[in-house]
Amino acid sequence: MTTAVRKALPQGLDTGTMNRLGLWLFLVSDASFFLALISSRFFVVRLETPEDVSQILGLGLTILLLVSSLTAYRAEVAAEHGDQANFKRYIIATMLMGILFLGGVGFEWHEAYKHFPPSTGYGTILFTLTGVHATHVFSGVLLLGFIYFKGKNGAYGPDDYYPVEAAVKWWHFVDVAWVFIYPTLYLVQI
Amino acid sequence: MAQEAVISTFPNPFPRPKSDTGIWSWITTVDHKRIGTMYGISAFMFFLVGGTEALIMRLQLARADSDLVSPEVYNQLFTMHGTTMIFLVVMPLSAAFFNWLVPLMIGARDVAFPRLNAFSYWTFLAGGLLINLSFAFNSAPNAGWFGYANLTEGAYALGNNTTFWVIGLQVLGIASLAAAFNFLVTIINLRAPGMSFMKMPVFIWMALIVQILLVLAFPVITVALIELQFDRLYLTNFFNPDAGGEPVYWQHMFWLFGHPEVYILILPAMGIVSEVLPVFSRKPLFGYPFVVFAGAAIAFMGFFVWSHHMFTTGLGPAATSAFALSTMAIAVPTGIKIFNWIGTIWGGQIKLNSAMLFSIGFVALFIVGGLSGVSHASPPTDAQQQDTYYIVAHFHYVLFGGSLFGLFSGVYYWWPKFTGKFLSEKLGKIHFWLMFVGMNLTFFPMHWLGLDGMPRRIFTYGGDSGWERTNEWITVGAFIIALSILVFMINYVKTWRAGTVAGADPWDARTLEWSIPSPVPVYNFVKIPQVDALDDWWVKKYPETVLHQESHDTDSGQLAPAGAEDVLPMQARVSPEELLGEDHGIHLPDKSYYPLIAALGLAFFGGSLMSAWWLTLIAGLIMLYGVMGWIFEPVNDPEDHH
Repeated sequence: MTTAVRKALPQGLDTGTMNRLGLWLFLVSDASFFLALISSRFFVVRLETPEDVSQILGLGLTILLLVSSLTAYRAEVAAEHGDQANFKRYIIATMLMGILFLGGVGFEWHEAYKHFPPSTGYGTILFTLTGVHATHVFSGVLLLGFIYFKGKNGAYGPDDYYPVEAAVKWWHFVDVAWVFIYPTLYLVQI
Repeated sequence: MAQEAVISTFPNPFPRPKSDTGIWSWITTVDHKRIGTMYGISAFMFFLVGGTEALIMRLQLARADSDLVSPEVYNQLFTMHGTTMIFLVVMPLSAAFFNWLVPLMIGARDVAFPRLNAFSYWTFLAGGLLINLSFAFNSAPNAGWFGYANLTEGAYALGNNTTFWVIGLQVLGIASLAAAFNFLVTIINLRAPGMSFMKMPVFIWMALIVQILLVLAFPVITVALIELQFDRLYLTNFFNPDAGGEPVYWQHMFWLFGHPEVYILILPAMGIVSEVLPVFSRKPLFGYPFVVFAGAAIAFMGFFVWSHHMFTTGLGPAATSAFALSTMAIAVPTGIKIFNWIGTIWGGQIKLNSAMLFSIGFVALFIVGGLSGVSHASPPTDAQQQDTYYIVAHFHYVLFGGSLFGLFSGVYYWWPKFTGKFLSEKLGKIHFWLMFVGMNLTFFPMHWLGLDGMPRRIFTYGGDSGWERTNEWITVGAFIIALSILVFMINYVKTWRAGTVAGADPWDARTLEWSIPSPVPVYNFVKIPQVDALDDWWVKKYPETVLHQESHDTDSGQLAPAGAEDVLPMQARVSPEELLGEDHGIHLPDKSYYPLIAALGLAFFGGSLMSAWWLTLIAGLIMLYGVMGWIFEPVNDPEDHH
């Protein structure tokens, strides 16, 4: 398919180069988005973190997401090498961890609502940051699912795995965003 | 193949449009030239809307104690005038020029992502219509284009007025961001062979810088709008001080976006002026690298001056001093540009046609706006001027006298390339002089009113204030501007019917777009040009005028003097059919419905947030359908290949 598209584009350009640059620019833009979003914590509640924030849950969610980046990477490598079995296995594992993460955030929302509802200062920050980030994770799970269904019959090979690479890159990006959100929400102390 | 199977199984009730004429060929187009034209026409329509809003405001203010419009309506008028002129006029007019000129000036056949380009346009149009649809519900935005918290909070801004504003701007932001990625990739990856960064036309440089600003600054307003929306529609309290929120945080976020936005509005016009002045002075641009780097410096420094919009919020002496200094410092690169423009026309063979007049007008008026800008870089002076008509005078000098004059200069300059016909010079000059006089009559007296203490955003003033006579003249000036726009429209209609036909290169210009026929064929360049120098087209036409400067290039074979037959427009020698018969035929991307469906779904989705959940669901499904169709649709239909 890539070759067909490559031919079809004006000037016979390598679409891969342009797609990669376009994705990177989008990531830069989304990084600016998260930076602005994170700034709200320091403006609205300064460094205040309530005692009853569940540190265990925050740490667990972080570990889950970090490990999922490893499996996502393995899935990409497997696609690159045409290793169909591992490609499927690792994509599924990554998606499961993503879904588990979303469940964890849901559980946290349920608990947090009792202690600091969204109308309070810290609640405003917690619900918005985790909510916006979880939306990103959800989009990543959808993308990976999409890649899985397209790739399970061997649509991707050593020369043509850019869609896998793009979805995995997105997954890593969402992960890195959490690496900044986690200390911002949980670890900052007066 | 699995891939083919997927393509054919995706439900597509519409056959892919093939015809190059008719309304559907425009609605489904992915051609950057047609998209540029649609951007231009839509922005001009919004310009008429925003201008009418201004005229109603001026009628109201022409008399003291006037009651032509109510205070509520007046609030909606100034909010929508500002929002319209910034987001629906100057930005999309710039986008019209980017669309038309970026591929032409870098020697490409289209932008990097043609369907994304169509999506940007439709999203812009849908967002603009959505925000104006608020008038139909009698709830047009009314909290100012800056939407200061906590006036915008649910408790103080009842109704959907501010919600329309928030959602409209979010949709428009998506359009701008999608376009920014597209143009950045286009400029970085699709330049003709040999066109290094320092051989790009200044307009392309300014386009590049503006897209970088968009990529970095728009997410900030996106976040601020999300937070405001959560405050208004859900339960959060970002900007509500009663519940621990911070209203000044809104101002920081808004101006951290808002000041780069000012450069997003002015840099395209600066790029246009940098193209026009050399051509009609018969001289190269004076100090090209300085103009380029001054543009980059303005953009970079633009991120460190935002708090000069907030001197009166009480940031403390340290922050205020720092922002005062950085604001004054930004006058340095701006001054560099102005001196370079003056250096360009200095001693040139100046041809004072409409395009040139608008460019010179831009420089003159921008200097006035720049100087008043420096005056409120000083916090004590600013405290006096804050929220007065002095500020209104300042930003209309830079945005009307600056951006719009620059954009009109571009209209007169590139019109022959866009349409193949000249605009009438006689009417063009009448347009310029009416607009120049009207503009100064409107905005210059506002300096006096402001220093005399007349506040902005008031719907009327007392008869004993002594402001009535000046306001009368301002209203006269505003109607002279309106008259000048009428002259432009007459010019458009007259020359559309019977304009003088322009050749490929009527101005004897310097850049690549003048090397191909006017109007431009759909594939732009039959053969992608090889670029060897800055002002490459000029160098190819007149190698003798530049060779002595760049002789070292000639030695290395970089700048081989072109033979006479090489400098003619290539189309004169090679017919497209001849080339299309070869293996390297020109394939252009096929038309598509999906960008339109995705864009409409997006705007509908945004608007539906103010209504029932099931409408949101329907809108979400439409958007998803558009995106999925887009993913599974190949750029070209397989059977098109040969």
